[in-house]
Amino acid sequence: MPRRTDISKILIIGSGPIVIGQACEFDYSGTQACRSLKEEGFEVVLINSNPATIMTDPMMADAIYLKPLTTQSIKEIVEIEKPDAVLPTMGGQTALNLARDLQHEGFWRDNDIKIIGVNMDAVDITEDRQLFRDLMESIGIEQCKSRTAHSLLDAKEIVEELGGLPIVIRPSFTLGGTGGGIVWNEGEFERKVLRGLELSPVHQVLIEESIFGWKEFELELLRDKNDNVVIVCPIENLDPMGVHTGDSVTVAPTQTLTDKQYQLLRDAAIKMMRSIGDFAGGCNVQFAMEPGSDRLVAIEINPRVSRSSALASKATGYPIAKIATKLAVGYTLDELPNPITQVSSACFEPSIDYVVVKIPRFNFDKFSGVDEELTTQMKAVGEVMSIGRTFPEAMNKAWQSLEIGRSGLGADGYSDPDRKTVRERLLKPYWDRTLQIRNAFKYGASVEEIADITKVDPWFLQQIRYMVSLENRTEGQSLDSISKEDLFEVKRAGFSDVQIAWLLSKSGEKLTEQQVRNKRLEMGLKPSFKLVDTCAAEFPAETPYYYSSYESENESIVTDRKKVMILGSGPNRIGQGIEFDYSCVHAVLAAQEMGYEAIMVNCNPETVSTDFDIADKLYFEPVFWERVLDIYEHEKPEGVILQVGGQTALKLGKKFVEAGIKIFGTEFERIDFAEDRGEFSKLLKRLHIPFPDYGTARNAEDAVAIADKVGYPVLIRPSYVLGGQGMRIAVKEEELRRYVEKILQTHPENDFLIDKYLDKAIEVDVDSVFDGEQLHIAGIMQHIEPAGVHSGDSTAVLPPYSLSKLVIETIEAYQYRIAKEMEILGFLNVQYAVKNEEVYVLEANPRSTRTIPFLAKATQRPEAKIGVKVMLGAKLTEFDLESKLKNWAIKEPVFPFDKFPEVKKELGPEMKSTGESIYFMENFNDEHFRKPYEFKNLYLSK
Amino acid sequence: MTASIPNRKPAILALSDGTVVHGRAIGIAGTTGGELCFNTSMTGYQEIFTDPSYYGQLMMMTYPHIGNYGTMSRDDEAGSVMIAGLIVRSFSDEYSNPIADGSLQEYLSAHRVIGISGVDTRKLVRHIRTKGVMNAVISSEILDEAELVKKAQEWDSMVGLELATKVTRKEAQTISSDGPYKIAAFDYGIKQNIINNFVQRGCTLRVFPAEAKLEEVEEWDADGYFFSNGPGDPNASSPYGLPMVNYAKQTGKPLFGICLGHQLMALSEDIPIKKMFVGHRGANQPVKNMQTGLVEITTQNHGFAVDEKQVDTSKVEITHINLNDKTVEGLKFKNFAGMSVQYHPEASPGPHDSSYLFDQFLDMVKQAAE
Repeated sequence: MPRRTDISKILIIGSGPIVIGQACEFDYSGTQACRSLKEEGFEVVLINSNPATIMTDPMMADAIYLKPLTTQSIKEIVEIEKPDAVLPTMGGQTALNLARDLQHEGFWRDNDIKIIGVNMDAVDITEDRQLFRDLMESIGIEQCKSRTAHSLLDAKEIVEELGGLPIVIRPSFTLGGTGGGIVWNEGEFERKVLRGLELSPVHQVLIEESIFGWKEFELELLRDKNDNVVIVCPIENLDPMGVHTGDSVTVAPTQTLTDKQYQLLRDAAIKMMRSIGDFAGGCNVQFAMEPGSDRLVAIEINPRVSRSSALASKATGYPIAKIATKLAVGYTLDELPNPITQVSSACFEPSIDYVVVKIPRFNFDKFSGVDEELTTQMKAVGEVMSIGRTFPEAMNKAWQSLEIGRSGLGADGYSDPDRKTVRERLLKPYWDRTLQIRNAFKYGASVEEIADITKVDPWFLQQIRYMVSLENRTEGQSLDSISKEDLFEVKRAGFSDVQIAWLLSKSGEKLTEQQVRNKRLEMGLKPSFKLVDTCAAEFPAETPYYYSSYESENESIVTDRKKVMILGSGPNRIGQGIEFDYSCVHAVLAAQEMGYEAIMVNCNPETVSTDFDIADKLYFEPVFWERVLDIYEHEKPEGVILQVGGQTALKLGKKFVEAGIKIFGTEFERIDFAEDRGEFSKLLKRLHIPFPDYGTARNAEDAVAIADKVGYPVLIRPSYVLGGQGMRIAVKEEELRRYVEKILQTHPENDFLIDKYLDKAIEVDVDSVFDGEQLHIAGIMQHIEPAGVHSGDSTAVLPPYSLSKLVIETIEAYQYRIAKEMEILGFLNVQYAVKNEEVYVLEANPRSTRTIPFLAKATQRPEAKIGVKVMLGAKLTEFDLESKLKNWAIKEPVFPFDKFPEVKKELGPEMKSTGESIYFMENFNDEHFRKPYEFKNLYLSK
Repeated sequence: MTASIPNRKPAILALSDGTVVHGRAIGIAGTTGGELCFNTSMTGYQEIFTDPSYYGQLMMMTYPHIGNYGTMSRDDEAGSVMIAGLIVRSFSDEYSNPIADGSLQEYLSAHRVIGISGVDTRKLVRHIRTKGVMNAVISSEILDEAELVKKAQEWDSMVGLELATKVTRKEAQTISSDGPYKIAAFDYGIKQNIINNFVQRGCTLRVFPAEAKLEEVEEWDADGYFFSNGPGDPNASSPYGLPMVNYAKQTGKPLFGICLGHQLMALSEDIPIKKMFVGHRGANQPVKNMQTGLVEITTQNHGFAVDEKQVDTSKVEITHINLNDKTVEGLKFKNFAGMSVQYHPEASPGPHDSSYLFDQFLDMVKQAAE
């Protein structure tokens, strides 16, 4: 049964800008969907307002509309394109909600457009908690007791029925559970119910019995039109019920279920999917199970691809979005091959022979006053995934992936909090729960005690206790005394050389990571690379998707081609998100076009760069020095590309230089140089380029002296930070002292800078590529908000809307002079402030930036590829550099303040936005320009 | 604190082709051997260890953590552990399951099972996948590699090996007697969950030993005949299996076979059985029902199979095929009222997609009786 022939043109709806609860996993699935449809010869029409997506690249669809995700835009596109079908399941809740709104208007029917991949009735059922509940009851699936409230009075009555607090609030139709949460006491009850009612577009909330502390599971299902169903991957949450699954540490496959219990979940999931409709596509089902019993309750079902389906795809190798798309256009599971093995069927359930751990990444540091307790409303901004042969190995690797300065689950040089703090921290769910569990074991707590407090399943606790036992055993030894067998066991449990060095230093001289590395290599202890193959090695697989483990057989065969290793950008966080993954993917493509074998290293399961179809070889590994070096030593590429993965990759630059490894593009010393304000200012002075007066300080006294010299207000900035982390504006001495104290707490080792803050200046952001001779200006973006608001949080207009010709020419000249003087090869971004027609340089970033994808979309030039190709030796004369932009393009930031109601909306030098959209404007009467222009000064704070 | 680092004796796994790997002993100390096979199920280790079809085999689990949820009596598929030895990557001495009876270590010790942990199981799976199945030994008392390899080479080959009589019950036993239809089940190593499936469907079920006397079967006069799964080479079970299948055929009553039973039914129609290169063992095998076009995710455990090249379609219809390698998974017989499947519709462990086969068989029985 081949694909359907009654449709030929399909509209895909994207998910728009990155927000908490909806991140680049939808670019990953959307990209797979586009490729999957193009493969089948369909014409693909795409709408997405997020310029930093791969799915909106020209090769992905036949017609791409970078327009606001509104029903109006869709109507306009349909008018022009006249598609036969719409696939609304790849763009998260945003796309489903749009499709649903248009369905209710009768729009799809009126325009004879078929909905594929889902039934709209199914969306209605799953989004309306009462409908869902009634349906589950009718098919015999247990639910937690609950009822819908339309008013505070309703809510109060329901709580009485349920036997009192605690209860859970779930507003209907909100993204990522916005406004939801557990209510423990009377004090917060009214406030939370009212907020839920307000936030729900239909003003209703579900009041539910609390099953806090139960075990939580998720299953990913695929079904074809013949009603064949497979479960791609069962996932177990380490954090029990009460924490949003997006905020939970999760593990694949399940670890603590017997087969009989797992089959209860499987049967229920299939029954649920069949009950909501007969569509062909994917589904995600969440369950809770009472510990010590077989009592199972269904939490929810989502008839679309999701964050978890992206995770399940990366965890198993099974490309859910790709297959779901094929099913939506009429294929059946049994006629599709398993894309990983090619020799077996896609109609099967992956079996994995390793353990996957996902840890969410949070950014609480950006929002002062934020409530850090994890609840049923998602707060994480990104996540890392790690693969190990055992849970301890995967757990340590996940902590190495997080990029929060840790080298594993503790034992890495940080001082442990005191016993009381650990206990307090364990009483409620927080982001660092696994680390606090480790700390509690260090203090001698028992599995029973910790299980009692946290409700985390004892099996996970037993594993962490084993890790702590290994720490304790290692602490008593020295580099000379430790046996190969003991060291092997510790490496097998995922401990990094940094951790081992720290542990072995406890009873003797201080060791370095390198000493441990040398010792273990002497002993012959190095990781082997194993294949992710969906089938536990039952069948041969060719797909080059690897992870490292301390095992005895290497499966990653090194080719004799010339190779380049590209370091990914790690977990999404504020300041470093999908824009960097976009550049990573383009770096892979550029390297391949230049004849290189492209090797990708990354640990973010939401991304396109970790799709096994992108690079020639994918190592799903922490972007952590030891792991990266292990891969480098195995593959021996010609060199590495660090300038596309944001600060993650650049941070490792110094170590690559020290190890004598080639870094493509601008010399690393030069990149580093741009971070050194003193050196960089000397360079600007040499070039006669103005910059705000500044000074370097180490303490508050220095800072005050400098501020007195340059004059208030001043900008305080630590070096080597991302997204303006820790940056503040101070208008008086008292404030300055307070900020300095704070910086010294978080970055005690760094110098920091005190800049003269140019009040009410216009900020301009310029991206360019330099090949040693020619400078290609990718774009000059004028910010609407004044300098002082972080560039990532500003509304940027391309080309400038009010700069004089002279200012623009000055900027272009400065950009060239800086590029030439810094001997740039590849990307150069410079940020300027313009005040009274005078142009000042604020900072230079010799790397791909957050704005590169925006510029690529606005000008229709492959800016990221151009930059990378130049790094690899191409000349700018080889490219068509003509911009196709008519009128103006605006980059509009999106903020997460709705997720943090306790935090005031204010903008400053520290970035707070999670994503952006692009908007094309014809004139300045457009409200996308007028609105931010009107409010440009409103939120400027410190 | 260091108590949670298990202190286990060294152990060695040696394969007949000379491959040797070192690990740590689990279960009891000693030496054991058998055909080395692997199972890809991620849950259900206890059901696997007690599945009589695995009698005499060394079981290597591809999922690395084994023992996580301990053991409980409801997960036993037979009265004792059937595997000859166990190979795992990471063994959980401790477990988490409030309703478990005890740890897997305690269970293995009680059942006198010898095993090895800490092994790069994935490497061995790849090895077997390319080299084919072979015998191996595990020992924690002999640590001489050459001696162990020699032992592995001398171990009895599975080809021609008769094992069903070692696991069958000794006496016929009526399990339930309150149903309208009488099913005679032949126990070549029948799994508990097959019995459960019949009982749950309200059958009067009598289970006969592998070498039951024809007279006692005749005397019971069943409405339908079931031939169970079991270990060993099906050809070696023919001497007692085939007469019983042939008897059942001539009664005109419906027949149903699973695994070894399926193979015996095929052999009775002169359809040859071959030894597979690797075999299917896991809970994720896709099987297509050729009559409905639907796919079932099935539990499988077999190293022998109907030779798909030698199927005489005048005698049988192929009703089920394996989607991965297109091997024969199910037959409908044309010369008598019979159906059989190579896989395990009773699951345990594994998905419940195929339990409809029990209903189908009982419908046949009902129709034949009316």
